[in-house]
Amino acid sequence: MIAVKKLVKRFGLKTVLRGLDFEVQAGEFVALLGPNGAGKTTFLRILASLSRPTLGEVRVAGYRLPAQASDVRRNLGVVSHLPLLYGDLTAEENLRFYGRIYGVLELSQRINEVLELVGLNSRRRDLVRTFSRGMQQRLAIGRAILHNPDVLLFDEPHTGLDQDACDMLDRLLSEVAGQGRTVVMTSHDLARVEDLASRFDVLSSGVISASASRNGLGKNNLLDFYRKALAS
Amino acid sequence: MNNKQRTVEHKSASSFLGAVGAIIWKDLAAELRSRELLSAMLVFALLVILIFNFALELDPLTRRVATPGILWATFAFAGTLGLNRSMAVEKDRGCLDGLLLAPVDRSAIYFGKTISNLAFMLIVEAIVLPVYSVLYTTNLFNPGLIVVILLGSVGYVAVGTLLSSMAVQTRTRDVLLPILLFPVVIPILIAAVKASSGFLQGLALTEVMPYINLLIVYDVIFTSVAYMVFDFVVEE
Amino acid sequence: MKPQPIFLKVLNVVSVLLFLATLSMVFLYAPLEATMNYVQKIFYLHIANAWVGMLGFIAAAAAGVIYLIKHDQKWDNIELAAVEISLVFFLIAIISGSIWARPSWGAYWTWEPRLTTAAILEMVYIAYLLLRQGIDDPDRRARFSAVYTIVGSISVPITFMSIRLFRTIHPVVIGTNSASSQGSFDMTSKMLATMFFALFTFSVIFVTLFWHRIRLGQLAQQVEQLKLEELQ
Repeated sequence: MIAVKKLVKRFGLKTVLRGLDFEVQAGEFVALLGPNGAGKTTFLRILASLSRPTLGEVRVAGYRLPAQASDVRRNLGVVSHLPLLYGDLTAEENLRFYGRIYGVLELSQRINEVLELVGLNSRRRDLVRTFSRGMQQRLAIGRAILHNPDVLLFDEPHTGLDQDACDMLDRLLSEVAGQGRTVVMTSHDLARVEDLASRFDVLSSGVISASASRNGLGKNNLLDFYRKALAS
Repeated sequence: MNNKQRTVEHKSASSFLGAVGAIIWKDLAAELRSRELLSAMLVFALLVILIFNFALELDPLTRRVATPGILWATFAFAGTLGLNRSMAVEKDRGCLDGLLLAPVDRSAIYFGKTISNLAFMLIVEAIVLPVYSVLYTTNLFNPGLIVVILLGSVGYVAVGTLLSSMAVQTRTRDVLLPILLFPVVIPILIAAVKASSGFLQGLALTEVMPYINLLIVYDVIFTSVAYMVFDFVVEE
Repeated sequence: MKPQPIFLKVLNVVSVLLFLATLSMVFLYAPLEATMNYVQKIFYLHIANAWVGMLGFIAAAAAGVIYLIKHDQKWDNIELAAVEISLVFFLIAIISGSIWARPSWGAYWTWEPRLTTAAILEMVYIAYLLLRQGIDDPDRRARFSAVYTIVGSISVPITFMSIRLFRTIHPVVIGTNSASSQGSFDMTSKMLATMFFALFTFSVIFVTLFWHRIRLGQLAQQVEQLKLEELQ
């Protein structure tokens, strides 16, 4: 589903990603871990077609980036730590807007489905700026899956959420990922990620320095694995 | 998968217009609810006219000559407010990324934003004109004048949307837009003021036409240029 | 910093010599103009500077377009050098023009097409420099600068034509004489020769300074690079 070979990203004279290799099979849920400033967000933005690679090959959902960016976007849903929602529109209007620019067919029906899934049906006519952060994130996930993408990218979605909201988010994430989608999620919260992902990759010094599957790791070993990966 | 592919084929041409339409609808709907942008522009415009009133101390005769200038200065200043605000909304909540993630040509974003910016500017102008007419007992209901205002606003907004997309991504943000915009829209101001003045004074059409032509040429050139370079302003 | 190439060193010397030669031509060879005497001689400086300003203007516009096509940072450097040189030389042209204008037109400044357009162009350049100041990312800075250069280089000629639509009192030295222009003077062949020699000299000076400024820009980039390497 996602194939990255020798990805290099430079900002002017600063090199952030140095020949990164990364591969994700369809249906996998990969947690991308790493210290601040390691380049996780940069990497995710490249996968999301929001940033161009300096060198290297990137394929998402079978299409090359940046050449076939439009096709990639059709199959991609992105949730970042910013809500990407319009505060002065209602939940329903936000979904309607995104549905229209994504060219989603049978939009009204789809909006109903999505609102039901994220548990916001009762608040559909409320302005998004009245929503709590947790509700905004849920709606953001709704926005991301509106057009039924095969690939989902989450950039630290738990940021700014309290315990309850995080739990609700995790339930939603599992459900959404469980529908056969491919997911890449960056996070700082190892405990949360441990239960969600099937694979853990560590990004440090501009490359993937370590990778382990959940089965391979066993329970409660994630923290050690992570620390070891950073130390090397 | 097949379903999706069919969707893709059918919608590629209409999706562009659909996206443009969606963006315009979104801006207008949001503005209708909050009315932040319009009220800010309107209040500012009226204040500017008020300031001109005291700053210039015009007798009725001079006032007639100065009217086009005052009007266009007002529109130019109030316009930057609208442009700034319109783009800031996208930038602040990361919505610009949301737009960029859509599987649609970047220029759809440009045209969508430009048309909604134009709509806001025209709404403000439509309110300012009668208010000015009343305050200064001048008849501004002149079809020629309306045409000039339309043409001038189109050019202003075409360049303004491009430049505000840039300005909003810099550190200096709001302050930068007027600095970037004003030197570059001077041809519009010159032509618009002269043409407005011509129509208000009832000059022959042949005398006013060169300025109208200039406006049209400017509008066409800059809409094309902005459309061509917009990608470079939003793509990383 | 790389040492100056031989050709540049030669240009340095040639520029100085040519400048001295021009000065001597202006004061010794060119005849005194009938009405204006010595004041007229500043005209050679004025024209030559305006000419260099124009060269810089065109170079900047070209560099901007080329940068957008090739995405090579060196064209951004060239564009910046061209803008700075054009800014300074047009400023000298405006000031020398003012000095000439006072005795001949009775005012330091008039709102006639060429002068006004030059002033507006200076504003565009300053806006350009302020734009660059507000952006830290070199790639974004280069892209935005190139876009603004293109917008400015199309707008300014249109501005010139707009102002010309209704005002003209700038002396028309060579070429068509519009009916409403005043203050022109005829040039003898010696004056023409001096003028062309001045133009040639300043073209050489332009190339020399341009080259130096580009080298300076490259040095600045190297310093940036070293700083980044230090931090990492």
